[in-house]
Amino acid sequence: MNIANPIYSAALENYNQKIASAATEDMVLNMGPQHPSTHGVLRLELITDGEIVKEVIPHIGYLHRCFEKHAESLTYQQTIPFTDRLDYLASMNNSHAFVMGVERMLGIDKDIPKRVEYIRVLVCELNRIGSHLIAIGTYGIDIGAFTPFLWCFRDREHIMGMLEWASGSRMLYNYIWVGGLFYDLPVGFEERCREFVDYFKPKMKELNELLTDNQVFINRTANIGILPLDVAINYGCSGPMLRGSGLKWDLRRIDNYSVYPELEFDVPTGKGEMGTAGDCWDRYKVRVDEIEQSLKMIEQCLDRLQKELKRTPDFDPRSKMPRKTIPKAQDYYVRCEGAKGELGFYFMCDGKSEIPTRVKARAPSFNNLSVLPEIAKGVMIADLIAIVGSIDFVLGEVDR
Amino acid sequence: MNFEDIKLLLVEKFGGVIIGEETGGLQPALVIEPNYIAEVCLELRNNPKTYFDFLSSVTGVDYGVELSRFGVIYHLASIPYQTQLTLKISKENNRDLNELPIFPSITSVYRTADWHEREAYDLAGIFFEGHPDLRRILLPDDWEGFPLRKDYKTAEYYKGIKID
Repeated sequence: MNIANPIYSAALENYNQKIASAATEDMVLNMGPQHPSTHGVLRLELITDGEIVKEVIPHIGYLHRCFEKHAESLTYQQTIPFTDRLDYLASMNNSHAFVMGVERMLGIDKDIPKRVEYIRVLVCELNRIGSHLIAIGTYGIDIGAFTPFLWCFRDREHIMGMLEWASGSRMLYNYIWVGGLFYDLPVGFEERCREFVDYFKPKMKELNELLTDNQVFINRTANIGILPLDVAINYGCSGPMLRGSGLKWDLRRIDNYSVYPELEFDVPTGKGEMGTAGDCWDRYKVRVDEIEQSLKMIEQCLDRLQKELKRTPDFDPRSKMPRKTIPKAQDYYVRCEGAKGELGFYFMCDGKSEIPTRVKARAPSFNNLSVLPEIAKGVMIADLIAIVGSIDFVLGEVDR
Repeated sequence: MNFEDIKLLLVEKFGGVIIGEETGGLQPALVIEPNYIAEVCLELRNNPKTYFDFLSSVTGVDYGVELSRFGVIYHLASIPYQTQLTLKISKENNRDLNELPIFPSITSVYRTADWHEREAYDLAGIFFEGHPDLRRILLPDDWEGFPLRKDYKTAEYYKGIKID
């Protein structure tokens, strides 16, 4: 079954030709897929002239497992564990987006109890902090700072422990279900969470002193990898990547989904404090600021969960779970703010079965990474590491 | 601008470019004549009244074995107006692997489409005319077949290695 039509292989031949001719003139260098600074199994093919990167060709797909094909043979409820494995550093956010889409299609999104929604936002924001801590820690290590990495993982461990307590798993939770939750929060979770917030706030100050305002770190990241706003929008960048370029665009505020309209928080943006707006330092800083905002949201959630939405013995987080998850025949695209940016799921349902005919995951990292060849033209190889780290992608989500 | 206004605007500019609409679900969608999709996207992006400057996603769809129809679905978003729009194009095709369904590429309008169209080509077997670099993206270059097609049979061997 060979495909003979030459127009389908023309692009591949062009590419092979380009690499072959570059190998005689310049140097072709492979970065990854095993290199630790590529944050997973990403392979970057660099065409370099000495130390200058002339072109970057990313090769992805090493972690591909065709989530979309799996989703076509599983019911909505069964697909949730698979969504956890997209962005495995922020699994809660993924399942939240997926579940929200299914609930809206079923028309039960307004009936979800307030306590359930607040718990969802609470765990999502905890997970977002965990994800950003990894982004910050590994970014430090990319650039040569080892200590912040250990500090970030130490603090993230508390979050992992709490989420494990709630869901039974450290990273892949399967906690948020269509119509409710796997289980109510364990007794004492709110108090433990508050303890964590009180412990963590001064730690963020320490981290800022160690890394954010570190002159060596600033020299390595400021004015490097500048992503202009128009390029960012045209390439479909979202999340901290887009906000780092100076646009106040946060779907939690724009779409006002879940209970986010009831919470008070700011949307941090990159202002070019240390260099130009949209450079690596700005993207890093947006993540640091977002951790603070997430902490603020967590405190507000805890206030509500401990006062007016207190746990009652007869509260059942599964009470609104539909017996049969069969949405009307329709297409629906749901988007929400994941830890890395706009996370979208597109569903096509035929209205007859519990299994969707097509699911497409719009992964934020996939789009954020696609801008790399554009902003990495003409930089030094060492700076490329800084740029790759500042994008903060997760290969589980890029490759799906 | 709401859905009806956008429809009027496109009809005024291009005439019979809208060949249908789907308003049954939560999100209405416009069905566009496939050959005009790039022009329509350019107009929607540049017109100050619509300003759909953000392409959320491009989905390649196989509508099933009986229908023999392939489609592409575009999700546009406007940052200044905070609106969303869905565009659909589709075409009949006989599923011959030497005659893939061909649609125009919108890479010249949105760079987001670059990788998304490569993904649609890779997984659903949809060819985009005018794409600068339409190679497979997630699967290896020598992979046979297109996994997201409904008639796809799971490969048993890859380069002589048995797949479990």
